[in-house]
Amino acid sequence: MTIALDAPRLVQAQPLLTAQNVSKSYGDVQAVRDVSAEVFPGEVLGIVGESGSGKSTFLRMLNLEETPDTGTYTLDLPEVEGNLFELDRFARRMLCAKRIGIVYQNPHLGLLMNHSSSGNVAERLLVAGERRFTELRERASEALQASEFPLERLDAPPIELSGGMQQRVQLAKAIALEPALLLLDEPTTGLDVSVQALVLDTLKRLQQDRNITMVIVSHDLGVIRTLADRVMVMRRGAVVEAGLADQIFQDPQHAYTQQLVHAKL
Amino acid sequence: MTKVLEVQSLTKGFTMHHLGSTLAAFEQISFDLQAGEFLLLKGQNGAGKSTLLRTLYRSYVAQSGQVIFHSRHGTIDLLRAAEVDISLLRREEIGFVTQFLLARPRVTAEALVAEPLRMAGHSAPDALAEARKWLAEFGVKQSLWRAYPTTFSGGEQQKVNLARALILPQKLLLLDEPTASLDSQARAALVARLAELKAAGTAMIGVFHHPGDVADLIDRVIDLTPETTPDEERNDVVV
Repeated sequence: MTIALDAPRLVQAQPLLTAQNVSKSYGDVQAVRDVSAEVFPGEVLGIVGESGSGKSTFLRMLNLEETPDTGTYTLDLPEVEGNLFELDRFARRMLCAKRIGIVYQNPHLGLLMNHSSSGNVAERLLVAGERRFTELRERASEALQASEFPLERLDAPPIELSGGMQQRVQLAKAIALEPALLLLDEPTTGLDVSVQALVLDTLKRLQQDRNITMVIVSHDLGVIRTLADRVMVMRRGAVVEAGLADQIFQDPQHAYTQQLVHAKL
Repeated sequence: MTKVLEVQSLTKGFTMHHLGSTLAAFEQISFDLQAGEFLLLKGQNGAGKSTLLRTLYRSYVAQSGQVIFHSRHGTIDLLRAAEVDISLLRREEIGFVTQFLLARPRVTAEALVAEPLRMAGHSAPDALAEARKWLAEFGVKQSLWRAYPTTFSGGEQQKVNLARALILPQKLLLLDEPTASLDSQARAALVARLAELKAAGTAMIGVFHHPGDVADLIDRVIDLTPETTPDEERNDVVV
């Protein structure tokens, strides 16, 4: 028995994020095939799948870094309407700076490694139009504090920090403007277990305290299980199964999901 | 009496792709449940008691049937409801109590217990005060309230789990062996809390290894033992 996207609704909630029939090819390789997803306000959607399944490509499209060949993407926000893939570069940049935060697996993609940590966060505020110096510094510290970054290291550049601390700076940058949507691409991969737990705890706390809607991509099923309300399983660019997180882990229906869940240590 | 749940011809099996087969769990189960009613599921190991609870909660996917739930938001078939609705119903109206705590790293016992209240919109200080009350009620030592339950013994974890699962009154409560490995104080606190919730109208479906613990609460028993099972292999429930 599968649950259709248009299943009867008890509550007329409006999804914050709606992606429909998104496809993307690079030459002969179809990276993402006809992917549709809805994420409701405050919800955490986890996307799992092996390397090359298209999960990170799909996430980059949600961050408007990539444009698909076909498909639509809308966010239920007062300042935007219509298909976001049709926005020009400037409008995309402003929307991402103000309403969408992202944390990459590789901090080099998200941070200026030789600038101070607080400067990295302040840069996000500058892009969004904040110009008052004292305000910049205060808001950057506030975001770093919410990400549980040690404030005595505000001026340290990320290159001098550990992997876990670098992820906190990325997180602070992503939440500095109270985004409506937070995208996380393998945020804990490569971190040792105790640091991983700290980052996961910070994410969970932020999600609960600020009701931030999140999409998290990871090949680590433990991370997805800890954070996600719903899970989408991708393979070779397509969604093979989607459902409530506990259902995906306890009673997977698709042969590939069963293989994935049973392979977990 | 107010009807809470109508289960009609519910069938569940597990498809195991690597074996190329389907394992039947139960077939064509039908029953109704009223507000304040306590239904005990009985049957030998593997009869499908826990599977039935998980199918009603939508952790398991049913093969066919209907599970009509009368929510305060309206009436809906739980087997076909959108996931966003199931999440909402789990927050507000349908509780699941197991013997296992899903502890999270670096989250204290009191924060874990307070979480359902926080998610239901209670203020942080109120939720925390209520959480402490229930931790005390279930016999969790005060020195452990601000510790991380990941390091607790199985019994202590279960007490935290019960405090969390029962802190918020629900319309329907699914109980999967909640008394297993509990000491007598916690068991008494559990039975008292269940009686209180039942009196206030919570409908319950439970699986208990020792149903005698909740004998005074049971209104009805459903036997999931397959009809073909010989009498000597039947697991009689003494209530």
